[in-house]
Parts: sequence; structure tokens; C-alpha cells
Amino acid sequence: MGEILVLVDHADGAVRKPALELLTLARRIGEPSAVVLGAGSAAAEIAAKAGEYGAAKVYVADGAEFADLLVVPKVDALTQIAKAADAAAVLVTSSGEGKEIAARVALRLGSGIITDAVDLEAGDGGPVATQSVFAASFQVKSKVTKGAPVITVKPNSTSPEAAPAAGAVENVTVEFTGKAAKVTSRTPRVSSGRPELTEAAIVVSGGRGVGAKEGFGVVEELADALGAAVGASRAAVDAGWYPHTNQVGQTGKQVSPQLYVAAGISGAIQHRAGMQTSKTIVAINKDPEAPIFELVDYGVVGDLFTVLPQLTGEVKARKG
Amino acid sequence: MSLRIVVCVKYVPDATGDRRFADDTTTDREGVDGLLSELDEYGVEQALRIAEASGDAEVTVLTVGPDDAKDALRKALSMGADKAVHVNDDDIHGTDVIGTSAIIAKALDKVGYDLVVCGMASTDGTMGVLPALLAERLGLPQVTLLSEVSVEGGVVKGRRDGDAATEQVEAELPAVVSVTDQSGEARYPSFKGIMAAKKKPVQSLDLDDLDIEADEVGLAGSWTAVEAVAARPARTAGTIVKDEGEGGKQLATYLAEQKFI
Ligand SMILES: Cc1cc2nc3c(=O)[nH]c(=O)nc-3n(C[C@H](O)[C@H](O)[C@H](O)COP(=O)(O)OP(=O)(O)OC[C@H]3O[C@@H](n4cnc5c(N)ncnc54)[C@H](O)[C@@H]3O)c2cc1C
Ligand SMILES: Nc1ncnc2c1ncn2[C@@H]1O[C@H](COP(=O)(O)O)[C@@H](O)[C@H]1O
Repeated sequence: MGEILVLVDHADGAVRKPALELLTLARRIGEPSAVVLGAGSAAAEIAAKAGEYGAAKVYVADGAEFADLLVVPKVDALTQIAKAADAAAVLVTSSGEGKEIAARVALRLGSGIITDAVDLEAGDGGPVATQSVFAASFQVKSKVTKGAPVITVKPNSTSPEAAPAAGAVENVTVEFTGKAAKVTSRTPRVSSGRPELTEAAIVVSGGRGVGAKEGFGVVEELADALGAAVGASRAAVDAGWYPHTNQVGQTGKQVSPQLYVAAGISGAIQHRAGMQTSKTIVAINKDPEAPIFELVDYGVVGDLFTVLPQLTGEVKARKG
Repeated sequence: MSLRIVVCVKYVPDATGDRRFADDTTTDREGVDGLLSELDEYGVEQALRIAEASGDAEVTVLTVGPDDAKDALRKALSMGADKAVHVNDDDIHGTDVIGTSAIIAKALDKVGYDLVVCGMASTDGTMGVLPALLAERLGLPQVTLLSEVSVEGGVVKGRRDGDAATEQVEAELPAVVSVTDQSGEARYPSFKGIMAAKKKPVQSLDLDDLDIEADEVGLAGSWTAVEAVAARPARTAGTIVKDEGEGGKQLATYLAEQKFI
């Protein structure tokens, strides 16, 4: 089994949880090596963390290009490292950018690409990826038939498990090529202090039924009592009640938490596409005919403005 | 010289209908209702706005798809695009995204372009990688996943809302752009637009016209293979209670049983 390259997603000098999930999955199909790009002085700490989760080697490359130019420098670096290491597979987190990087790397390597895997296992002819398609109404198992497989994996596809390995750092000098768009300014997202939507074990989402920006108060209070992330339907986002970064669904984030709570959300197919793989689903909706009730493990037909505060009170009381 | 904008649009199965797989594990596009991917309407819309702002531009819509994909082109033409290109060949059936990007790249070269506009993702495959692959193949900057876009003085600029940050990005033309569903509501075709669309030219191209061999595309030319397809088991029917004053408490009891509290 050869080296499995894992592109390590990081922000604010810290490894993001999906990278640890990738390292965990990579161990099923070979020996993981981590690739850390543009992390500046945080690289050493990130490399150490990657080592804890099974990376025997950690390739580190730095340079202003990673921040100043869109996508291409990371493609240059990852392709160069994959070729030099004769990588057996390349794993990248499924985010908008992650998928773009992976696709271009695949083309340069002459490899097939699979995006949005939710599971990965070793197979006879290379790794077999599970995808959930058509708004999660089908499960597809597929594999790459040409070149070293390039696969993007959705966050929360597995739980990270530590497995200490050498984590030997190898510094790489990248030859930058290709035409790239310039990044002329960058405004980091301000953290809400709540868990990341795609990484959270529990997500509480509000929809049009929340009625107004202020209505999200009851959603946030429940989320905080449960230690959950807050999500929103597109209707709530389009109305300007909650930021687009919190949108759950086809054109927002795809989440797969242990528990998904939908309040005042009807359950349109495009919303389902982002939450249908959640382990447990509960909904509060005043319309007993709302399609969301077809998905739920537990549903309450009622007004979210009475049900949520009562639930929040109970949660606080039970947690003491 | 007028600005040549080409919008790549896909004909997809209706998401609100019954989407399924054909026997060869490809997306069934024949037995189901299809339409212009809603996410590509945003591409058409932004292309039209850029053309309107420029005053001297021509908008071509391009699709790779079966006969029925004409419907998608008609819709885009009725929104206001000037002409259409339809790449259609029986041998294309089953092509994966790598192959599709090869076909579109060749077609773009044949048609000519200054700006290529795509949607953020197709609503059936939802990969969101084709624009990046086009940029790679054409050797152009990718200016993708934009929630705001404008073209001025030969430079395309936009706002890209990423996971960790919002970025302002820009590149000189020619370039490949993709736009999100945050970029601005797409217009409805007017009656006049629908009538006018019937007379707009639609050019058909096949693989021969693009110098592509049949074995480079299709299921056989795919670099990935589907091994198995299974309908997701239906979720077992849940418990539904009507709130009669205790709904929140009942839900709390359920969540405690499931060890969430
Ligand atoms: C291409 C495309 C992409 C899309 N992408 C997404 C996406 O990523 N995410 C997404 O969410 N949508 C997406 N949509 C939109 C989607 O089709 C729906 O329009 C949207 O999900 C509806 O949001 P909602 O459920 O909040 O609103 P509605 O459908 O209006 O439902 C509101 C619900 O709240 C209930 N309600 C009202 N008041 C109360 C109350 N006081 N207490 C309890 N319940 C109450 C109502 O009974 C109703 O069921 C997309 C659409 C398209 C075409
Ligand atoms: N068959 C096709 N014909 C024309 N454009 C396409 C086709 N497939 C994908 N596209 C374009 O590429 C974008 C992203 O598609 P995808 O990578 O398949 O999710 C779409 O929004 C379209 O703009």
C-alpha cells in the first residue's frame, strides 16, 4: 500500500476537524502523509497534529502565493508532491475550494475524481467511495479506474481517531505555474463562538417559520443549551434573517450531525439534500402535513415559539 | 470588438420529480422530466447583466446533452441569450466530468469566447468542479463561486464567500467564472423573449466536429466507475406528537432517551 496524501484543511493556524477525519479514513486504504500548505509559522504545530492522527510524513510548503492567488498554487503544490511521492491516492475535504483543487489535481495527474464521498473503504482495485446522491435518496459506491484516485470527502464522514505516527516534516519548494485569479482582499469570517456547522454533533436550524431575524433568538438559545451549531433554510437566509454561511442544503452546507433539529422548516428537496444523512432528525412545525415529518425520528406538531423555549428550559434543567 | 460571453448550461432531471438511475447506472435523463438546471439560470442572468452593462456583447449558451437538452437552451434564449450551441452525440452518453470538460473545452475553442460563465454546480451531479476543470484545460484563470461579479476594462472582479473568509478576487479576460445562487435572482422569460427565442440560431455539433474520438468519452472513456447503486432505505416512520402544552417536554424526554441530553 502506498502513500495516501491528505490535504490538510486549516484555518487561523489550527487544523480543522475534517482533516483529522481524512487522516483517519486514509489509514484504511494505505499510509497517510499530510500536506500542509501556506500555514506560515503554524505549520510545525499543524504537522505535529497530523502526526498524532497517523501521518508518517508531513509535506510542508509555504509562500505568499497560497494566500494571494486563487486555487492554482495549491494545485501546483499538491500535484508536485503527489508526483514526487508517487502517491497511491489523494484525499481532500469536500468544500467548494477543496473540490476545485482536487479536480485540477486529478486532471494534471491523469486520474479520475470522486467528489463528496461519505465513506471510504479498501477494495480489490483500489479504494471504494460511498456517495449519497439525488438529495441523499440513493447511495452509490464507486471507484476510480484510471490513475491514483483523487477523492473529496465530506466533513463528518467518520470520527477522528488518533494513531500516533512519525509525522516527519519534509519541506517542499513549489514551482508555481498556471494562470490564477488574484485575491485582492480577504475578510476572515467572524466566529459566532458556536461549533462549525459542518463539524457539529448537533445542529439546530430555523426556517421561514421563525418569522423574523429576532425569531432566531429561540433557535440560538436551544442551540446554546445543547452546545449545537445554528443552521438556517434558504428561505430564512434569503429573507436576511441569518447569514448565508449558515445555510443548510443543496447550495449551502451539507451537514451530517448526530442530531438535526428543524424548526419552522417545511423540508423542501433542496433543504433535505443538506441534512438527510443526519443520524437522528427531529422537527417542530405547526403544519402536520409538512414534508419534513416524512424524515423525522421525532416530530412535534406545534408552534416553535412555545415548543423551543420549553425544550430549552428542559435541557437546561436536565443538564443542571 | 464585442465581448463574447459563453454560458455553459446543463439540462438536468427535475429535482422535485422522481430522479433515478438508468440500468447502466447513469443518471436517467430520458424517462424523467428535465429542465435547465436552476443553478445555471444564475449563470445566464449574470452573463446577461454583464452584456447589458458592456453595451457591446454577445451571449452564447452552450450545452452538452441529449436531444431534450434543447429545452434548456430554449429557456436560456428566451431569457435573452443571443444564440446557442448544442453538443449532442450518442457516444457522449455516460461521460464523466473529466470527459465533459474535454468536450466543452473543445467546443469553447470552436465557438470563441472572452468570458466563460458557469453555474456553481449542476443540480444532478452537484460536483461543482467543471468550471475549475475548464480553467485547467484552457489555461485560463478561474474566478469561481462568485456571489457578485462584474466586468470592466477587460478585468472580471467578484466576491467569493469561502468557508473561512470572504475574498475579493479578480483576473484579466479571458477567464472562467462560476456564480452562486447568491448572485441575484434570475429573470423570468417574457412573452416577447419566448417568441424571439424561437427564431434564434442553435448550432449543433457532434464529436466529429470537435475532433474527439468516441472512446475518449462515454462510459468506456470514464475515469471512474459506479460499482453499485442502492435506494437509501426509507427512514423508519418516526413518532409524531401534537403539542398540547407539553410538546417541548416530550421532545426533551425523547432526546434524553437518545442520550443527547
Ligand atoms: C436550485 C435551488 C437550490 C436551493 N438550495 C437550498 C438550500 O441550500 N437550502 C434550503 O433550505 N433551501 C434551498 N432551496 C429552497 C427550497 O426549495 C425551499 O424554498 C426552502 O428550503 C424553504 O425554506 P423553509 O422550509 O424555511 O420555508 P417554507 O417552505 O416556507 O416553510 C416554512 C415552514 O415553517 C412552518 N411554520 C411557520 N410558522 C411556524 C411556527 N410558528 N412554528 C412552527 N412552524 C412554523 C410552516 O408550516 C412551513 O412548513 C433551493 C431551491 C432551489 C431551486
Ligand atoms: N453537460 C454540460 N453542458 C454544459 N455545461 C455544463 C454541463 N455540465 C456542467 N456544466 C456547467 O458546469 C457547472 C458545474 O457543473 P458540475 O461540475 O457538473 O457540478 C454547471 O453549473 C454548468 O455551468
